[in-house]
Amino acid sequence: MASLLDVRGLTKHFPVSRTLREVARGERPVVRAVEDVTFAMDQGESVGILGESGCGKTTTGRLLLKLVEASEGTITLDGYDVRALKGPDLKRFRRHAQLVFQNPFDALNPRFTLRRSIAEPLLNAGVPKGEWDDRIAAVLKRVHLSGVSDLMEKFPHQLSGGQLQRVVLARALILEPTFIVADEPVSMLDVSVRAGILNVMREVRETMGLTAIYISHDLALVRYVAPRTIVMYLGKIVEDGPTDAVISRPLHPYARALVAAVPVPRVDQDRGALPITGMIPDARNPPSGCRFRDRCPYAVARCAEEVPALRELAPGHRAACHLL
Amino acid sequence: MAEAAVAVPAAAAGRRFRLPKIDPYAAIGLTIYVVFFLVALFADRIATHDPLEILFDDDGNLLSNVAPGAAHVLGTTNLGRDIFSQLVMGTRNALIVGVSAAIVVASLGTLVGLVAGFFGKWVDTLLMRVADVALGIPFLPFVIVLAAFMGAQTSNVVIAVALLLWPNTARVIRSQVLTVRERAFIEAARVTGSSTWRILFVHVMPNILPLTFLYGSIAVGWAILTEASVSFLGFGPSDSISWGYMLQDAYGSQAMSRGTYFWFVPPGICIILVVVAGFFISRGYEEILFPKLKD
Repeated sequence: MASLLDVRGLTKHFPVSRTLREVARGERPVVRAVEDVTFAMDQGESVGILGESGCGKTTTGRLLLKLVEASEGTITLDGYDVRALKGPDLKRFRRHAQLVFQNPFDALNPRFTLRRSIAEPLLNAGVPKGEWDDRIAAVLKRVHLSGVSDLMEKFPHQLSGGQLQRVVLARALILEPTFIVADEPVSMLDVSVRAGILNVMREVRETMGLTAIYISHDLALVRYVAPRTIVMYLGKIVEDGPTDAVISRPLHPYARALVAAVPVPRVDQDRGALPITGMIPDARNPPSGCRFRDRCPYAVARCAEEVPALRELAPGHRAACHLL
Repeated sequence: MAEAAVAVPAAAAGRRFRLPKIDPYAAIGLTIYVVFFLVALFADRIATHDPLEILFDDDGNLLSNVAPGAAHVLGTTNLGRDIFSQLVMGTRNALIVGVSAAIVVASLGTLVGLVAGFFGKWVDTLLMRVADVALGIPFLPFVIVLAAFMGAQTSNVVIAVALLLWPNTARVIRSQVLTVRERAFIEAARVTGSSTWRILFVHVMPNILPLTFLYGSIAVGWAILTEASVSFLGFGPSDSISWGYMLQDAYGSQAMSRGTYFWFVPPGICIILVVVAGFFISRGYEEILFPKLKD
């Protein structure tokens, strides 16, 4: 099977400032943001990475795009060894892999007109200026922004969040990438415009044959856009499978808790207590063995001693738990 | 398409120059600068006499300590020189010192601040420690020593001011760069393939340029004040007239005890006005950069 993206043992440790005692002992404390993440994606597949704040999902996205340098592991995208890229190769890679930002109000240079922001990738990729207008018009049509007159001469503060996010999307798509990471693409937007953006994203992904990763904390969003879901907890993948299966038959206790925590539109419904309590632990000092064990209602002695491997428990459905 | 290409810079310019007009402080400061600039530009025509010429009346008597009047707007010095002409020519000298020092301070400070803030790590540490050293040097003694060693020239005053004032600009620019570089649009520039230098100068720099102008305008006042101080102490260039030279001349001639106020009050007021103008502009800018300060 030829995967477009192949990630093996991806690990990112961020160094943190040391106390005097740690300096004296020669210790180098790190935040273990991403630990031993392994997965593969086929051409045209779209995957949702699901998890709460601080679980490493955003860092994973940044690592895949070489915006953050990995500590360990390999990333292969479309034949590129992403970690080794530099110079002209890195520039070529930038044309194929793009990012859609969480906060459209911050993702566009406030001193650039929208035309300049959208044209920036064309300039960097060395596209001849004569082609710019056609390509901008084409990409605006793709994101359904072409009807608005003289929009391109405006500055970001003159637009609404929904429009801005379409512009951000247009900038990501203008070089016709093959791979795109969308980091919480609608979480900063009003609920009323979210569906519009998601529909546009789904549409362009289908027409352009994009391979896409949606990073989100929102199960409903992932279900809407991605047929496959990866659940992360404290830097590790705990479950990876078809979205329908992850929602209807979650395997890992954390995934079960996540599904159970989704609000239901009936106020008086009996919902049973959430199966987990407490807070996500400090990533500087994660629990030994299974990282979820101190919040897991089913934890046994083995969970503290042995790191659970991510095993395939059903076709295309993996989970990392000793008890399954 | 040609229309659009023209419209972009116009819109950008409108955005950039709209704000200083609104703030009354900035408007006052700018007005003072503009007036002095015009005086400096047309100093040759405004001045009624050669500022260093010793004047005699038709009978060959020295025109010493003439009271202000029609012939001599601000009177003459005790050596028979026209004070108004000195003031006007001194404006030109003051602005040359002020503006050239400000340009050096603003560009050096901005460059250092950009590089230090953007690249961080040892580059940042090195540049900021150098800045600390420069900040620790006492201002006036340094200028005097420099003038003593390198000669009492206008250019040396500019060099001294530039060497001592760039760290203030660099520090503020650096801290601003530290926040700008974490913004998502900088990451967007990276992910769309912009080179490091392009990110630094095309994406980051325009967002800190208001601060550059602000510190440049403060430096104008500082440089003029320094030049005046050095000249007053007698370490300034002796071949050209400046406000500080006028004050020193008046002081040395006991103008105060003679009561010839028209000799030393006008240059003093000019120095105050220029320094205050720099402060007013910075105040106006402050409210633009940090609108919350108004409340």
